[in-house]
Amino acid sequence: MRKVMTGHKAVAEAMRQIEPDVVAVYPITPQSEIAEYYAEYVHNGIVKTELIPVESEHSAMSACVGASAAGARVITATASQGLALMVEVLYVAAGLRLPIVMALANRSLSAPINIHCDHSDAYLARDSGAIQIFAESAQEAYDYMIMAQKLAENAKVRLPVIVNLDGFTLTHSSQVVETLPDEAVKDFVGEYDPPYPLLDVDRPVTWGVFAMPDYYFELKRAQQAGMEAAPEAFLEIQKAYSELCGRPYKGFFEAYKLDDAERVIVVMGSTAGTAKAVVDELRDKGERVGLLKVWLWRPFPRAEIAEALAGAKAVAVMDRAISFGNLGALYLDVVSGFAGRPGPTFVNYIYGLGGRDVPMEHIAEVFEGLKEAETGELRYLGLRE
Amino acid sequence: MVEIRWHGRGGQGAKTVSQILAQIVLREGKHVQAFPEYGPERSGAPVRAYDRISEDEIRVHSGVYHPDIVVVIDETLLESENTTEGLKPDGVLIVNTSRSEEEIRKATGFPGKIIAFDATKIAQEAGTGFPNVPMLGAVVAVLGTEPGIAEEELRETLSHRLSPEVVEKNLKAFRAGYDAAKGVYVGG
Repeated sequence: MRKVMTGHKAVAEAMRQIEPDVVAVYPITPQSEIAEYYAEYVHNGIVKTELIPVESEHSAMSACVGASAAGARVITATASQGLALMVEVLYVAAGLRLPIVMALANRSLSAPINIHCDHSDAYLARDSGAIQIFAESAQEAYDYMIMAQKLAENAKVRLPVIVNLDGFTLTHSSQVVETLPDEAVKDFVGEYDPPYPLLDVDRPVTWGVFAMPDYYFELKRAQQAGMEAAPEAFLEIQKAYSELCGRPYKGFFEAYKLDDAERVIVVMGSTAGTAKAVVDELRDKGERVGLLKVWLWRPFPRAEIAEALAGAKAVAVMDRAISFGNLGALYLDVVSGFAGRPGPTFVNYIYGLGGRDVPMEHIAEVFEGLKEAETGELRYLGLRE
Repeated sequence: MVEIRWHGRGGQGAKTVSQILAQIVLREGKHVQAFPEYGPERSGAPVRAYDRISEDEIRVHSGVYHPDIVVVIDETLLESENTTEGLKPDGVLIVNTSRSEEEIRKATGFPGKIIAFDATKIAQEAGTGFPNVPMLGAVVAVLGTEPGIAEEELRETLSHRLSPEVVEKNLKAFRAGYDAAKGVYVGG
């Protein structure tokens, strides 16, 4: 069914259809409406979820960890400082291999305080052990919330999954979203069968063990194996979901007019949509430009992305956060795929911090800038200097 | 692609009508985006809201810089805000005012089409008090949307939160706004 809805509503709809056992959330701009919609569903008896209103995001993630270890299917949502407060416990969730799904309404981090979009919150959780997916539109946020559930719970993966959607740009903007019938979503995600539920008194297990130098390393290596299993599971889930919804989700990234492209932009989130419109305009003028939009950021599909970019002459990797003291994190990810072998020229663009708008003209500037570029250059897009 | 910018004050329902317009346009089978501009939100402060309408999928997620239509729900904003900023010269400026088209042209310097009508008076006469709905009617007329489709959507949306009697008053206000702008099409 096609409806006009905000990104919030799209995420809340996916959650309503999944109907997890537990939702523990604390409101924060620009995520609050997700929590509000869901609280309304619970209040009106539309879902049977246990909604836990907590006093902070630290408690929200702690409640999620407890509920997930107990054997519940769990979803949460946050943004910015809320994620910062959660991060301590997010590492625990990943280390305990708990399949908690989180919608992250991307917002800048303080200081200075700002409520608008950038990806510094997602970057903060980069090494947490959570899988991270970026959505371009409210539609993709809806679709990936549903796919994330399967990915998190995959027996070989069992990790938290974060679905990123740009704050305000996607959360507060009304767009056309096609939703699936409730039954189709319920069938797709299926019943959750937790392998070692804490509350199964007939099969007692220990959660949250102490691990000394003799075992910690091995447990962390095992956690990495969950990440290593994620790409294959991701592709399988995409395939099954695409057959269900009719929208083409295929691969760790979307390649847009990339095949014969000489100059390419690599970007995550809603800016990819604007970049597609610019690629179309420049293609009409005969310019060989293309776009690579990253869906799956963690685990990072560096070999596949390197293969897709191998034929390009110059690539601009756009980071919507500063990794202070070095080039952008996405830039380094992409370049790592070419370690020890020749590749295109790579330039890093930092853009859109604190909600700085990214009009089509700025994207066109990036493509123009790639005509003269040197690998390792750090440029700032749309900055007043 | 048609881009619209709404100017109102907090509490006047600029954001609400921009979203209702999106639903109307979807009902026509078109693609649409509607989004407000978020600053410090408080009653009475100038607010802007936007719509993007297209036959094709809309992928752009940036702000709107060169609108085809500008709608001014509160005419005091003509003095305090640059309401015609970026408005395409062949676009349409729709103002809720008791002043004439010539006076609005003098006040704004806008060379293109101007639709000036008293939406506040229409809303008062209809008994709703909200000029945003007649302004929505004017935009629907300028877009060349079938008014029946718009009224159907408006009736359905308003029925969720208003009594049938108030819904009918709003539809009357909508129709009066539509009639005030009928015959002016965007870009033509």
